[in-house]
Order: sequence, then structure tokens, then C-alpha cells
Amino acid sequence: MDLPIYLDNNATTPMDPRVLEAMLPYFVQKFGNSASRNHAFGWVAEEAVDYAREQVAQLIGANEKEIIFTSGATESDNLALKGVFEMYQEKGNHIITMTTEHKAVLDACKHLEKLGARVTYLSPQPDGLINLEELVAAMSQETILVSIMYGNNEIGVIQPVKEIAKIAHQFGALFMTDATQAVGKIPVDVIADGIDLLALSAHKMYGPKGVGALYVRRKNPRVKVTAQMDGGGHERGMRSGTLNVPGIVGLGKACELARLEMQQDAERLSKLRDKLENSLLELEESYVNGNREHRLPHTANISFKYVEGEGLMMAMKDLAVSSGSACTSASLEPSYVLKSLGLSDDLAHSSIRFGLGRFTTEAEVDRAIEVTKNAVTHLRELSPLWEMFKEGIDLDSIEWAEH
Amino acid sequence: MAYSDKVIDHYSNPRNVGTLDKSSSKVGTGLVGAPECGDVMRLQIEVDENNVIKDAKFKTFGCGSAIASSSLATEWLKGKSIDDAMKIDNMDIVEELALPPVKIHCSVLAEDAIKAAINDYRVKNGFAPIVSEKVHH
Repeated sequence: MDLPIYLDNNATTPMDPRVLEAMLPYFVQKFGNSASRNHAFGWVAEEAVDYAREQVAQLIGANEKEIIFTSGATESDNLALKGVFEMYQEKGNHIITMTTEHKAVLDACKHLEKLGARVTYLSPQPDGLINLEELVAAMSQETILVSIMYGNNEIGVIQPVKEIAKIAHQFGALFMTDATQAVGKIPVDVIADGIDLLALSAHKMYGPKGVGALYVRRKNPRVKVTAQMDGGGHERGMRSGTLNVPGIVGLGKACELARLEMQQDAERLSKLRDKLENSLLELEESYVNGNREHRLPHTANISFKYVEGEGLMMAMKDLAVSSGSACTSASLEPSYVLKSLGLSDDLAHSSIRFGLGRFTTEAEVDRAIEVTKNAVTHLRELSPLWEMFKEGIDLDSIEWAEH
Repeated sequence: MAYSDKVIDHYSNPRNVGTLDKSSSKVGTGLVGAPECGDVMRLQIEVDENNVIKDAKFKTFGCGSAIASSSLATEWLKGKSIDDAMKIDNMDIVEELALPPVKIHCSVLAEDAIKAAINDYRVKNGFAPIVSEKVHH
């Protein structure tokens, strides 16, 4: 077994070798600019881009004309939010989102607030799901956009997008979703789900980094976004810049593979994830974060009370995982997503995210269980909080000197 | 972030993990930090009749650098007089463990824990606590 074992597939995924194979001809031999209309080099590149556009569209139930290629989900989120705000500002200035969104959405919203937008940041319920009544209560005549992510990157919770879309549309607002973690992992259908704009990324689904797409609905309603990148008028004028042909070919191939294989991947991974989770829950004082029913098949986020996440990760050096603790940053602030769920800071500091992927094996999961259990046990032996807990001391009764 | 070999050594083989009898008049206990900040250190010293620290134990909730800082502190404390122990500076720990700037707070916490343990011992034995005027870097 190669060490460390990669269990951070929510951060990025290894590229599928079949994707690389599809991309390779487009670097040296078929290097043309897809916008070159008057020679074969351009035509070959354009054909490849058109084919990839169909592959992407097919995965999410869209029409190929509705796919705008970008540099990734961060750009797609920015284009959707800023582009809609600019395009529809005569209709209103209100945007609704959630506190558990990715920074690409939250910081784009903060930027728009400076430009006169009013943004409502809804808090999730303790299980991470949106409270639909609060959404309805927040809607107004000025609401132009509701932006709620499909599946959460930290806890894997899947939001009820269909219901959210319905509510947005009842009030005449558009519905956008950052589906970076969901597309290619679970079935996503822009028609059935009522999605008007959707951001996706290649490198979260075994494709290359640096390429993604924004779905922009063309019918019922026809949605438009103001370009944030001006230039040659590529991508129906919504995103200028010479297309990243090899990257786009890779994204297309990754989407095709996901469409064909995601069901079997999901079944296999959810079994492995449940095995991992149930084994780790055998440890005392360990808790799963987020709703366990409505969530992505490959993600588990677990808090191990009385041990600190970063220290824990060091004892788990054979595993590449991610922690909700941010002790490395000057702020010492733990994960804002976990805090939004109402987790106390100490529990947020004690959390580990496991992200399984297409190439994760059962033997690797078994090893991960063993390593994690040993690490938690080792660190609890070192932990004064664990000792106090075992002695029955209420930690909240102690006056801690915050530093 | 890469940890130094010394941090990894102390983290993997922590010295002097454990608990001393905090009700004993010879034992001073320092508990510093806060769970919500991601670091709690408990450092204990046992002092003999000559004011020399003959044993030191720690337990730490925190990152690898916090664990290493407190482990190193217990090593340094053993055999030192109380007066010499008061002179341990957080920057000595930073230097010994090659802590990066984002981890300096771990060494500060270890120094605070030493001082808190000494003062607990002093107060228990009828001496006034020593107030540190030091401003940390």
C-alpha cells in the first residue's frame, strides 16, 4: 500500500488516467485555437470543445449551448453572482445565500455588498440543512438571486435544491447552485432540479485543475450574466479568453466517465464511508457532523472530542485528510462551516474530514480506521481535557484563560 | 507545514506525560489555554525541600508544536531550582524546537504554564505569586 493514503478527495481528486489520455493530443499535435475559424487547426480544436460541451451538458441534463467554460468553480461562482447582480440590478439588489457556502460565494457576496447589494446569509439547522421557512421569510420583491450550494465540501450535506428552486421562482428570483462537490458524484439534473445557474469544476471529479464550467439556463427563463472578463467575446460573450482546449477536453471526458460510472462509484463509496464512520464511532465521544441521510456518498466529517485536530492529523501522518482546526493560521479560528452548525469551538477544533474517491480501496479504509483509532487513543492519553472528562469534571465550569 | 525533527521527536515520544497529585503541598499545577482556542496545557512540578524541581509532568490538548513545547518544558524543569525555572523564556523553546512564527504562541503557552505551576506551588506554601511583567513577542 502506498503511503500516505489519500483521503482528501473533497480538496481535489487524482486525475483519471483515461482523462489524461483524452487530453494529451491537444497539447502538441492538436494545439489549435478553437476560435480560429479559417484553418484546420482551429476546426479540430473547435470540434473537441464542442464535443466536450456536449459531454458536460449531458451529465447535468442541460443543452450544450448552456455551458460556459471557465477556469474553475471559483470563477464560475464569481461570474454567476457578479454577472447576475450587474445584469438584473434594475429588478432588485437582494441576494440570499448561506453561511456554510464556499468562500468563492461568500466573498463574492461581500464584494457585491460594497457595490450596493443587500445579502442575507441564512444559518443552517444543526444538521447543516437549510431551513426552508427561513428562506421563504427572507424572500422579497427585491430578491434577484438565491445561491445555495448543492453538496457541502466540508460535511457533505446535500441541500433540498428542488424545494429551494421552487421558492426562489415563486418570488421571481433566479436560483444558482455551487455544485462543485455534487456534480459527478450524485445525479444532478438542471431541469428536474429547477436550476438557473450551476458552477462545476473538473478537478473534483477526476479531471484536470484549472478548468470548470458555468451552466446558464437559456429557456424558461432565459438567464443572462454580464461578463466579468472582457475581450474577444468567447463563450457567447459571457467569458472572453482563448479556450483552454486540453483542459476542456479533460473536463468533458471526466463528465462522461462520471455519467457512466458514478452510480457504481457512489454505491461502493457509501459502503466504505459507512464502514469507516461506524468503526470510528466506536470510539467514545466521537460525533458525525452534518445530516447523515442527505449527504454525498464519499464524505465523512467526525469530531473526536478532547483531542485537537491538527495534533491528531500529525499522529495520522499516514493519512492525507483535512482538519476543521485552523491552528496554523494566525487567527486560530476553526472551520466556519462547523461553527455555523452550532458546534462549539473546541469540538470544531477536534474534527477530521475524510473524503473518499474513485481510487480509494477497502484495504486503505481499513488502514485508515486503524491509524485513526490509534491516533485518537494516543492523543487522549496526552490530553488534560480527556483526563478531566474521565474524572467527571465539567469543562464548562472551568474559567479558561483565553489567549 | 513541515515540522522540525525535534518537534516530531517530542510529539512521537513525549517525555514525562502524566499526572502528579495536585492536592500535595509539594506539587504545583499550571493549567493554561482554552479548549476553544485549540490549546490547553497542564504542567505540574514536584518541588523538594531545597526548592529544586525533582519531577515534572504534563498533559496537552493541542497541535504537535504545543505538545512538543510542553514536553520539552518538563525536560528542562527537572533538576532546576524554582528561581532558574522562572527564567525559562518562550524564545528558548522557539529556538530549541525551531518553531515557525505561527507556532510561537505554543511556546508562550508553555512559558505561561511553567509560571502558573510555580505560582501555584508558591501560593500553596504561603508565598506571594510572582507577577510577570513580560510582554511576549
